[in-house]
Amino acid sequence: MSVTTGPVTNWRRPQVQQGWLARLFDSKIFLIIACLTPAMGLLVVFLTYPLGLGIWLAFTDTHIGRGGVFIGFENFESLWYDRVFWGAVFYTVFYTGVATALKFALGLWLALLLNENLPFKSLLRAIILLPWIVPTVLSAIAFWWIFDAQFSIISYVLVDKLGLLDHYIDFLGTPWAARWSLVFANVWRGIPFVAISLLAGLQTISPSLYEAALLDGASSWQRFRRITAPLLMPILAVVLTFSVLFTFTDFQLVYAITRGGPINSTHLMATLAFQRGIPGGQLGEGAAIAVSMIPFLILATLFSYFALARRKWQQGGDDE
Amino acid sequence: MATVDIRDVRKNFGSTAILHGVSVGIEDGEFVVLVGPSGCGKSTLLRMIAGLENITGGQVSIGDRVVNDVPPKDRDIAMVFQNYALYPHMTVRDNMAFSMTLAKAPKEVIETEVTRAARILGLEKLLDRFPRQLSGGQRQRVAMGRAIVRHPQVFLFDEPLSNLDAKLRVQMRAEIKDLHQRLKTTTIYVTHDQIEAMTMADKIVVMHGGHVEQIGAPLELYDRPANAFVAGFIGSPAMNLLPGTVQGGAFQPDGGGARWPLPAGAQATEGLRVTYGFRPEHLRLAPDGLPLTITLIEPTGSETQVTGRSGEALVVGAFRERITARVGEAIHVLPDTAQAHLFHGETGKRLNA
Ligand SMILES: Nc1ncnc2c1ncn2[C@@H]1O[C@H](COP(=O)(O)OP(=O)(O)OP(=O)(O)O)[C@@H](O)[C@H]1O
Ligand SMILES: [Mg+2]
Repeated sequence: MSVTTGPVTNWRRPQVQQGWLARLFDSKIFLIIACLTPAMGLLVVFLTYPLGLGIWLAFTDTHIGRGGVFIGFENFESLWYDRVFWGAVFYTVFYTGVATALKFALGLWLALLLNENLPFKSLLRAIILLPWIVPTVLSAIAFWWIFDAQFSIISYVLVDKLGLLDHYIDFLGTPWAARWSLVFANVWRGIPFVAISLLAGLQTISPSLYEAALLDGASSWQRFRRITAPLLMPILAVVLTFSVLFTFTDFQLVYAITRGGPINSTHLMATLAFQRGIPGGQLGEGAAIAVSMIPFLILATLFSYFALARRKWQQGGDDE
Repeated sequence: MATVDIRDVRKNFGSTAILHGVSVGIEDGEFVVLVGPSGCGKSTLLRMIAGLENITGGQVSIGDRVVNDVPPKDRDIAMVFQNYALYPHMTVRDNMAFSMTLAKAPKEVIETEVTRAARILGLEKLLDRFPRQLSGGQRQRVAMGRAIVRHPQVFLFDEPLSNLDAKLRVQMRAEIKDLHQRLKTTTIYVTHDQIEAMTMADKIVVMHGGHVEQIGAPLELYDRPANAFVAGFIGSPAMNLLPGTVQGGAFQPDGGGARWPLPAGAQATEGLRVTYGFRPEHLRLAPDGLPLTITLIEPTGSETQVTGRSGEALVVGAFRERITARVGEAIHVLPDTAQAHLFHGETGKRLNA
C-alpha cells in the first residue's frame, strides 16, 4: 500500500529540565509528609485529643470549674453500684437492639420494594429520604408534639376519630410508653439510611442471576433466600455495623424528646454521660460512663466484621 | 428433546415494535443459529422462548405445547447467558446442582448428575472452586454444565462465546458442536458472528431489524442468498455488491466503467435498478475480461486478495494464482456468471433463479 508522506523534518522531542519545585514534588518522602500532615493534624486535634482527654477524665474526680486528681477506678466502682447507670445500660441495649432490628426489617422491605419496577420510582426514593434530610432536632420536636399527652395526633385519631380507646395515651409520661415512643422515632429516622444503602446493594446484583434462578425453578422466596440474601450480606454487614454504632451512640433524639425522663427510664448511656458531666458538673463520672460504652462498641464492630463481612467467595485466588 | 415452533411472533417494548412477525420451525434435535447484526432482536426472541420476556403477539410452542403463558421454569428449557450468570457465592458444584437442589432431588442423584456433567465438560478438578477462581472458558463450561444437568428439551445460548478470546472461541465452538452431537438436544444459539453461524448450524436464521431475512442450511444461504442483505451478511470476505442498472442485457454499475455480464438465469428488464453481487473467490483472471485498477494487494499465502477499481466501483477478488501486477496497474477479470447474483435495487429480492 502506498502511503503519502510529507517532507521530513528533524524535529525531536527535547529533553525538558525539571525545576526544583517539580523535583520536590517527585520526592516520595516530601509527598508523604505533605499529604499526611493536614489529615493527621485534624485527627489529632479533633479525635485523638478529645478521646484521650475523655479517657483521662474518666480516671479523675474532675468537676466543672475544679481540676481533679487521678483516682483510679473509683468512678467505675461507683457506677457499678449505680442503679441509674445500669438502667441506662439496659435501655441503650434495648434501644439499639429493637430499633436496629426494626430498621433492618422495614428498610430491607422498602429496598426490595423500591428495587422493583414501580411507577414514580424516583419520586418514591426521594420521599423515602426525607426523614434523614430533616435535622434531627426538628424531627424530635415534631415527635414531641406527636407524643404530647394532650395534643397527640395519635391519641386524637384513636380516641376522637376512631373511638378505639377511651382515654388519651400518655406517651412520654410512663416509662415503657416513653421507651417505645423513642424507639419508634429512631426507627422512623433511621430507615432511609438502611433502605437506601441496601437498595444500592441490591442494584449491584446482576439481573441475569435472577433470570438464571428463574429458569432453574426458584420461587420468589427461594430467589430471595438463595440469591439476594447471600449476595447482599457483605453490604448488609457494613450497614448493620454503622447502624448499630449510630443507634448505640444516639443522643439528639432522646435528649430533645424526653431528656432521659420519666424518672431516668429513657436515659441512654450517651445522654446520661452528658447529664452527669455537663449539667451535673461531674466531668469525671460523665467521662467514665462514656468510656464504658467503648467495650460495647468494639464488640459490636468485631461481631459484624468477623461474623458477617468475610465471605470466602468474595476473595479471588485459591485459598484452600 | 422437542421441536420448537415460533409462529408470527411479535414483540413491542412500549410503543416500539422490535419483532415484526417472526416465524421459524425447528426440528427435534436441530442446531439452529439465530444470526444478525446488533440490535436486530435475536436476544429478545431467545428470551421470549425462555419466558423471560412476554410475548406481544403470535405463539411459541415447545413440543406439542403452546408455552406463551407457561412460566419459565415449566418450559423445560435451559439457557446459557452471555455473561454466564454464575452464582458468585456458590461453588461450581453448587452452581450446577442448584436447579436440582431447588427441586429437592435426592443427594445421590445430584451427585451422579453433577459428576456426569463435570466429566463431559472436563470440570472434575474445579468442582469446589468459586466462579471468581475460574478462567473465562471454564466459567463458560460451568454455565453449560448448569444447563446439561437438567436434561432440558431445548438448550438456549445467547452469544456464549463473545467474552472469550479468538483462540478459545474456536475451541469452545468445537466443544459446543461436539456436545450437541453427543446429547442431540434441540439447540437455539444466538450470535452476531456469521462465522460461528456458518460453522455450527444445521440451520441458520438470518434476522435483520426484527424480520427474518432467510432461513436455510449454511451453504444454501451462502450459495443462494434470498436477498441483498443476506448476501452481504454471510461470507467472509464479504460479497461484492455493486449498485447499478440493467442495460443492453448486461449490468452497468453506477458511475460508469465497463459492463458486467448478467448472472445466469437472471430475469431483469431493461433499465431496472439492480444490485449485482458476486463473491471474491468467484472472480477469475481473464485476458479478455473487465479491467480492474489495483488499489490494494493482500497476499495470505494460500491466495491473494486484490482490491481494485472498475469505474467508480470498488471490487474485491480472491485469486489462487500469484498476482505479479502492482498497485496502480490493471488486471483483467471476469465473474463466474453461474455463481453471480442479481438483486432488485429497491426491495433487495433475488432476481436470478
Ligand atoms: N427492555 C427493553 N426496553 C426497550 N427496548 C429494548 C429492551 N430490550 C431490548 N430493546 C431493544 O430491542 C432491540 C433488540 O434488542 P436485542 O437485545 O434483542 O438485540 P440483539 O439482536 O440481541 O443485539 P446484540 O447482538 O447486540 O445482542 C434493540 O433495538 C434494543 O434497543
Ligand atoms: Mg443480544
